Amino acid sequence: MSEALLAVEAAATDTTVPAASGARQFWRRLRTQRAALVAAGVVALLVLVALAAPLLTALEGQDPTTYHPSLVDSARGGVPIGSLGGASADHWFGVEPQTGRDLFARLVHGARVSLGVALAATVVQVAIGTTVGVAAALGKRWVDQLLSRFTDVMVAMPLMIMSLALLAIVPPSFPRPVLVALVVGLIGWGNIARIVRAQTLTLKELDHVAAARLSGWGTWSIARRELLPGVAAPIITYAALLVPTNITVEAALSFLGVGVKPPTPSWGQMLTAADVWYQAAPQYLLLPAGALFITVLALTVLGDGVRTALDPRAASRLRIGTGRRRESKADAGGTA
Amino acid sequence: MSLVDVTDLRVDFGTLRAVDGLSFRLEEGAALALVGESGSGKSTVASALLGLHRGTGARVEGTVEVAGTDVQRASDEELRRLRGGRAAMVFQDPLSSLDPYYAIGDQIAEVYRVHARVSRRAARARAVEVLDRVGIPDAVRRSRSRPHEFSGGMRQRALIAMALACEPRLLIADEPTTALDVTVQAQVLDLLHTLREETGMGLLLVTHDVGVAAESVDEVLVMRHGRAVEHGPVTAVLGAPSEPYTRDLLAAVPRVDASRAPSEVSGEVVLRATGLRREFGRGKRAFTAVDDVSLTLHRGETLGVVGESGSGKTTLGRMLVGLLEPTAGRIEPGGGVRPDVQMVFQDPVSSLNPRRSVGESIADPLRARGERDEGRIRERVRELLERVGLEAAHHDRYPHEFSGGQRQRVGIARALAADPRVIVCDEPVSALDVTTQAQVVALLGELQRELGLALVFVAHDLAVVRQVSDRVAVMRRGRIVESGPADQVYEDPQDPYTRQLLAAVPALDPELAARRRAARRELAIA
Amino acid sequence: MNGVPGFVLRRAVGAAVTLLVISVIVYVVFYATPGNVAQITCGPRCSPEQVHQVARQLNLDDPLFVRYGHFLQGLVAGQDYSTGTSVQHCSAPCLGLSYQSDQQVTQLILTKLPVSLSLVAGAMVIWLVLGVGTGVLSAWRRGRLSERVLTGITLAGTATPVFVIGLVLMIVVCGELQLLPFPQYVALGDDPEQWAWNLLLPWLSLALIEAAAFARLTRASMLETLAEDHIRTFRAYGVGERSIVGRHALRGAFAPVIALNANNVGSAIGGAVLTETLFGLPGVGQELVHAVNVVDLPVVVGMVLVIGFFVVLANAVADVLYAVADRRVVLT
Repeated sequence: MSEALLAVEAAATDTTVPAASGARQFWRRLRTQRAALVAAGVVALLVLVALAAPLLTALEGQDPTTYHPSLVDSARGGVPIGSLGGASADHWFGVEPQTGRDLFARLVHGARVSLGVALAATVVQVAIGTTVGVAAALGKRWVDQLLSRFTDVMVAMPLMIMSLALLAIVPPSFPRPVLVALVVGLIGWGNIARIVRAQTLTLKELDHVAAARLSGWGTWSIARRELLPGVAAPIITYAALLVPTNITVEAALSFLGVGVKPPTPSWGQMLTAADVWYQAAPQYLLLPAGALFITVLALTVLGDGVRTALDPRAASRLRIGTGRRRESKADAGGTA
Repeated sequence: MSLVDVTDLRVDFGTLRAVDGLSFRLEEGAALALVGESGSGKSTVASALLGLHRGTGARVEGTVEVAGTDVQRASDEELRRLRGGRAAMVFQDPLSSLDPYYAIGDQIAEVYRVHARVSRRAARARAVEVLDRVGIPDAVRRSRSRPHEFSGGMRQRALIAMALACEPRLLIADEPTTALDVTVQAQVLDLLHTLREETGMGLLLVTHDVGVAAESVDEVLVMRHGRAVEHGPVTAVLGAPSEPYTRDLLAAVPRVDASRAPSEVSGEVVLRATGLRREFGRGKRAFTAVDDVSLTLHRGETLGVVGESGSGKTTLGRMLVGLLEPTAGRIEPGGGVRPDVQMVFQDPVSSLNPRRSVGESIADPLRARGERDEGRIRERVRELLERVGLEAAHHDRYPHEFSGGQRQRVGIARALAADPRVIVCDEPVSALDVTTQAQVVALLGELQRELGLALVFVAHDLAVVRQVSDRVAVMRRGRIVESGPADQVYEDPQDPYTRQLLAAVPALDPELAARRRAARRELAIA
Repeated sequence: MNGVPGFVLRRAVGAAVTLLVISVIVYVVFYATPGNVAQITCGPRCSPEQVHQVARQLNLDDPLFVRYGHFLQGLVAGQDYSTGTSVQHCSAPCLGLSYQSDQQVTQLILTKLPVSLSLVAGAMVIWLVLGVGTGVLSAWRRGRLSERVLTGITLAGTATPVFVIGLVLMIVVCGELQLLPFPQYVALGDDPEQWAWNLLLPWLSLALIEAAAFARLTRASMLETLAEDHIRTFRAYGVGERSIVGRHALRGAFAPVIALNANNVGSAIGGAVLTETLFGLPGVGQELVHAVNVVDLPVVVGMVLVIGFFVVLANAVADVLYAVADRRVVLT
């Protein structure tokens, strides 16, 4: 998921039609999409691997940080000894060139970092974005002006560049994964604020909100009962697509050497030196690259599925014609 | 050979049968209306005439012959020649039916060049010619405008011009005036009538509005659930219907010329508004939606507020209930207490929160007032549900499980829950079919008598307003141009605008319609 | 003022204000902690006295807004810097001096800019042609096998990070197949042919993921247009599928594509950082990574501002294009 594509998704996220769906309907619609189900399975597996990383490495009998100088050939610059990059019963996926650290252990612990950082960053983005968006939509004119302009500025700043620059000024003592999650979260909330603002403004104009006002409810009760449930659908949709983007950004920052730093393992960081070793230890390149690709792909497909399940219009785009649409529109009018 | 010959047409969308064994003919130059409520399958028939269901997944059976083409068996190429060439279609929403990015003249020229081998320049000239023909002033210049620069009525004229471009033998008009104001509707219907006289083309009109049909056609086919209920000359079907459904349908149509039994109006004033004014925007873009409107409302009476789109009637209604602050003017309760004004909304879909059960929605005013006893709340909601003609068992259902009419009843129950003295109804029945419309109107009348409610009934439909109102206010451009007892305003209108409005209302009697058309021509000339 | 010129003017003022706000935020964020700045600038091995000296030299004792004022003044009018022994004049727009090399940041960026511009501009051509083309093709072939294949490829494309694609391309094309030499930047002015050959792989690496985004967007907006009522009108008048897709549906995709392209400038610069680092191209991105690693704050701030300038400019240009192309947009 590229950063740019997210902007498209933000623009495409439907804020005109409130999804009239409960949780049950959502699951029903999600279940009908085979690709999304497969993706959900893959994501579940990845999460499981990340959670069980210590257990899995214990099973292998290794850990991600211990050096094994005896397993690399220091005379040849640190190439892993043995075929297949030193893969053996002790080291399932071989060892890292130069250091001899166990690749399997680094890969599964890397999943922890990748998923953890991406999820945490998403939570921060959603929290800030929702707060700013709702405040802009419900606040006074000047509040809206101020927050909207600020949001514009945040959207204009490229996430990658700003994260990169910000990471420079924080002292190295600060725990790196937490820092990356915070920085990405603090910068990347612009689009979600826009979506929430637009959706809240749309909902605010709906008659059932006016009816609630006439019933005598206060602003807070109306926001809680009438608005937030309606804003939830686009937030979930967009957040589902933010996770893969955040994974990519974390990997990119770590690849550049400014994100998660050794000895903490991360997929992007593993790729930093992979091009030098691809002939001697191809899995050193292929494993993290493949893991990144599969994770981002699965999360993107799942995100698409979630969108389709929450926004029926997205699904109807596939049905192009004249008669069907018109008739179903007429049916929606209803007869008593 | 007939112009249109449909035999045993069946159209299925998946498991839904939209059209079920329909047969009819239309002769050259004749005019037929397909009349029916929503879901009757009338639009599906119109689409089937041009083979528009092809490739959409709909299953079409039976034979359809239009202008000598067997639509079912025709090749794609033959079908393309039929579409627009010999049979042209005009759609309901004139704004969305034109490409927003191209000039109107170019769009007409594009369509013309599909059917005639002519140069771009000649096609463009043809476009200007037909635009001029449908009464677009300064057609050369206006042909370069894009759809959003046209008004609604002008856009519908442009669509008709597009239809005329290739001189078709059949014009299919699918709800051509539903999106238009009543005065504009009259102009468009008159235009269709004139064009038919001049070109001798056949007309197939699809409409839910019996009045529109009476104005425009020789023959009527009443549809219900995909079948023909009654078919015959317009005077016979509308004058002396033989089928019970047709009779019910006609009985439900509100009449603009029928007086109403007066309500029991007491002298007690429940709401008084003085000098109401509301502006939107600021600076150069400021505009006044409501300008110096004053009104008084008595216990037990209904005030009808009628006007076309943009007249400010909805803004006025929203100010009366307190959803909008007036820029100037005052709203006072009659007895010096809180006015207790509630509202019934137009759109039965958006006026209920889709995520809450209807019982919860109805209970809102009770809870907001501080009622905590769940048993009492439930009892009161049950009472209200039954009062508006729903069942107590409906309490835990969600809005999407109800029809439009039922949802409107829920909305009424919610308004009643607050024990209001005044209810403002903003187009409460305009989204409903005519039979449902009649039921909801009747319910409002009953509740008013029973509870002594004062109603403000805001609507664009003059007939509905007459049906419910004791007094009427006619709005135009934010001002009340005429007001008074309903009978007086309708029988003896003083303001020219009111007269124009009333003259534009389609009549159910075809002969009266013809006389009215003549009268409108005189009005236009005068 | 009204009409398009007035709109352009208002948009330009808006862009300038946005840039000013960005500069304030960036300046505050990076310079708000005075002690740190001196320590960071001087390096971890500096003694407290040295740190103090650096702080004085950088005027860190002045309040933040005074320093920001100096910074703005430098941008507009230029500034003189004392480097201990001599005085260096930094002419406008002056972004300050690098802590590490005493070089002027503006000069530094100007020498690196052609590389990055070559990279991003070339990649933009590729992603627009490839992305929009693929999108049109899959909208045109909707419902058929070829569309599904295209959609699959596009999806895989969006899931492949720039540096993964770049790594794979470099290893396969340069390493294994030896079709191209490992890229080395050659200036356009020196040898246009070598310039293009050497940038081919970086262009592709950067463009493929963005092309996938454009393909998705183009397809989605064309399908959305195809479902609109006016398409039904043209079908009902016998207009052929070719004209419907190629004329009416494509026109509907125009505005979103412009908007995305503006948005893309930001993310593409992010991608360019990765591409330059990966292929060792001496561009702004590589310099930025270097500056971040050695904590050269003036360089970081200057680069962020220059990149912000390009992003804001791209968005303003897109807005104007958009408004000219679609006059329904209310010009405010």
